[in-house]
Amino acid sequence: MSMIQVNGKAHALVASFSTLLEELGLEKAVVATALNGDFIPAGQRDQIILKAGDQIEILAPMQGG
Amino acid sequence: MPLKLYGCDISSRLLLGTARYPSPAMLENAIQAAQAEIVTVSLRRESLGLQSDQKVGQAFWLLIQQSGARVLPNTAGCHSVREAVKTAYMAREIMGTDWIKLEVIADDMALNPDIFGLVEAARILNEDGFKVFPYTTTDLGVGERLMQVGCNVLMPWAAPIGSGQGLSDRNALKAYRRHFESVPLIIDAGIGRPSQAAEAMELGYDAILLNSAVARAGNPILMAQAFGQAVKAGRSAYLAGPIEPYEGAMPSSPMVGRACLL
Repeated sequence: MSMIQVNGKAHALVASFSTLLEELGLEKAVVATALNGDFIPAGQRDQIILKAGDQIEILAPMQGG
Repeated sequence: MPLKLYGCDISSRLLLGTARYPSPAMLENAIQAAQAEIVTVSLRRESLGLQSDQKVGQAFWLLIQQSGARVLPNTAGCHSVREAVKTAYMAREIMGTDWIKLEVIADDMALNPDIFGLVEAARILNEDGFKVFPYTTTDLGVGERLMQVGCNVLMPWAAPIGSGQGLSDRNALKAYRRHFESVPLIIDAGIGRPSQAAEAMELGYDAILLNSAVARAGNPILMAQAFGQAVKAGRSAYLAGPIEPYEGAMPSSPMVGRACLL
């Protein structure tokens, strides 16, 4: 099975960011995304087709000093 | 007069970090007890695999929103210009502010700023409309460079992050204040006790940003309150004009009119 990495964990390949966020229950969440080290603004997510081996980061506001 | 940061009037001169509290409720209460108007927030991986309403980041963000505090996102943990700039863009998108507490860290142990990377990242972000709050040292030249690339607030450290050492180089902090006379200066990092915060404010610093000193205290809420009071006291003392130290004693009661009781 083709895989991608999401926040450092293996995940089955899906076609798009929106499918991925929906699968993870994050479709309405306050999150920022990056693909292979590059920031992907929310408005550009739909233009991207994910492929095997992609590394995705899904980040959220968190405690910080 | 209120503190003005990038055109915004700020009523509280104590900025509070949101990390390392024993519980979310403790954080919420500490923000209120400190009367902090600005809180710092980082950007980290969202928890996966939990129910939608149990996502750690989402729950935290809701708490911050409900606190009513103004958010200052940070680039904590970034070691390169590239990382820091990307983190700033991501923070701006989701936190809805162009403020950014810019950290570019040189060394994981010392957590000291990489001043070269800091200036470069500040230049890039300022050019793209960010309002940059740079975590820096007390080096005057670096401060000048940060101003040249568009920063209108400077945040020198008092001591290493989380160390609680207080004003480790008081003379350097005094010189920094004198040099950047009209620039808003916020002490960022190293404060451990309210007396140290008051001391920095007495030197004329405009505000204090701290986290560990409150979050790791035995009673974070009481400590938050103590810091709020100390920052106010220090500010008042600065405005009141403290006396200069004098080598020797000086009687406070008048010498004139003393009785002859020999």
